[in-house]
Amino acid sequence: MIEFNNVAYGYGGQDLLTEISLSLAPGSFHFLTGPSGAGKTTFLKLCYCELQATAGRVQLLGKDTRNIARDDVAGLRRNIGVVHQDCKFLDHLSVSENVALPLLVAGKSRDETNLNELLAWVGLSERADALPAELSGGERQRAALARAVIMSPEVIIADEPTGNVDWEMSLRLLQLLVELNKMGKTVIIATHDMHLIRQAKSQVQARVLRIANRRIQQAGVDL
Amino acid sequence: MSFLLPFLKIDKTVQDRIVPPSGFTAQLTILTSAAMAFLAVFALTLSLATGRLADRWAGELAQSSTVRISAPIAQVEAQTKAALAVLETTPGVREARALDADEQRALLEPWFGPSLPLDSLPLPVLIDVKETAEGYDSESLRLRLAGEAPGAVLDDHTRWRKPLITAANRLRLLGVVSLILIGGVTAAMITLAANAALAANGQVIRVLRLVGAKDAYIASAFVRQFTFRGFSGALFGAFLGTVAIALLPDAQTTGGFLTGLGFRGYEWFWPFVIPPFAACVAYGATQFAAKQTLKRLM
Ligand SMILES: Nc1ncnc2c1ncn2[C@@H]1O[C@H](COP(=O)(O)OP(=O)(O)OP(=O)(O)O)[C@@H](O)[C@H]1O
Ligand SMILES: [Mg+2]
Repeated sequence: MIEFNNVAYGYGGQDLLTEISLSLAPGSFHFLTGPSGAGKTTFLKLCYCELQATAGRVQLLGKDTRNIARDDVAGLRRNIGVVHQDCKFLDHLSVSENVALPLLVAGKSRDETNLNELLAWVGLSERADALPAELSGGERQRAALARAVIMSPEVIIADEPTGNVDWEMSLRLLQLLVELNKMGKTVIIATHDMHLIRQAKSQVQARVLRIANRRIQQAGVDL
Repeated sequence: MSFLLPFLKIDKTVQDRIVPPSGFTAQLTILTSAAMAFLAVFALTLSLATGRLADRWAGELAQSSTVRISAPIAQVEAQTKAALAVLETTPGVREARALDADEQRALLEPWFGPSLPLDSLPLPVLIDVKETAEGYDSESLRLRLAGEAPGAVLDDHTRWRKPLITAANRLRLLGVVSLILIGGVTAAMITLAANAALAANGQVIRVLRLVGAKDAYIASAFVRQFTFRGFSGALFGAFLGTVAIALLPDAQTTGGFLTGLGFRGYEWFWPFVIPPFAACVAYGATQFAAKQTLKRLM
């Protein structure tokens, strides 16, 4: 699914990440942890072609991302659902329109029943016509999750999906991601919430990747 | 322009709202497009009317000319014969005929009255020359006449008709140049407006890309917007311009150039070309601007 081969990345000269080699198998469930500013978001951006590795090779869904054509990036992103740390909605469109946006740009018709089911699944049926600015932090993150999965992608990447929510809601969101993983999706979650990781481990085979000293250490099943 | 806005707001699919509307810029674009279309109608009338004028003058005058024989009395008849012989063998001359006394009198009557004592006047003989559609080469004819009949003078009206036709053709050219300028200004204006819209919507473009939109899709969202604005503005402007032209006084038969300014018959079709043309210009300009911007925004 996702393969890194001796990858390095730096924002300007100095490497933020280096010597990263790993391979995420289809259907696997990974947590990505590390102190704030360690490069979690950066690593995830490499995983959906928002950034290009400065060295080494990143392969996404079997595609080499070096010199990848822009239309191919768009194609990849339809198969990689992302919950961004800051959600990234179009603020002038309603929640349901934002959630359906990936369908729209891919030229697929939006199936109202599916959309309603999805909104119900993340508990946003009541807020479908609200604007993103009118949502609470947790509601935004659930809407972002709904948008990330509406194309039924192979891979789901979530950057701090529980950053703004209470424990209760964190568990709910984790539940949603675990369900997706059980449907065969590959899931990667960046978080520094150790409780969440422990909670997840009771439900799925989750592995933990930890960024430290600019490298990624695979902490294994039992952290 | 604000009364147009409800009309502009009817199409409301999500597709059309992906790029947030920018009220003020949108109105300016529509307004400029309308003004340009209004001007285009006038430039169009100008070129059509002057074109008509040039064609008419050229057509009326080109087909006939005159050869005048002014020679000592004794030689007049011989030279007339010689000139006629030359004319008959000139390619491009359909008919050449010396005017008889009655015809000459009829020609001169308006100027000198009916009681003209023609016989006592040393009038030159006039030969009326009718051309074929292709016409003759007046320079070589002049040379041959000079050789065979030294007293023959070819007057093919070119001397005084040419500047008129040139003036009319210049005016037509000015009209065409104005049309091209108007098209160019419209394209430039839409490019600027589209660039502003693209720059203002960097965040929208980024989000669209993150959810898997291809550049062609993003460009089309902007292109649709601006094509519609260009078209609706031009429709409005062309309509007003055409009404203004229709309200101009009719051309009189004796009327000069000014009263002939307007559309005739099928020419009324031309103003209708302006809005689709404006739409095409807007489409091209926005496509171009979007392609540039999207290439730059990585
Ligand atoms: N566009 C950028 N240009 C320059 N430096 C950047 C840029 N984005 C991030 N950085 C820097 O790179 C480092 C890693 O950022 P990143 O967002 O990947 O951290 P993170 O692990 O996700 O942190 P957090 O847990 O706070 O979200 C930070 O020091 C940040 O300041
Ligand atoms: Mg981060």
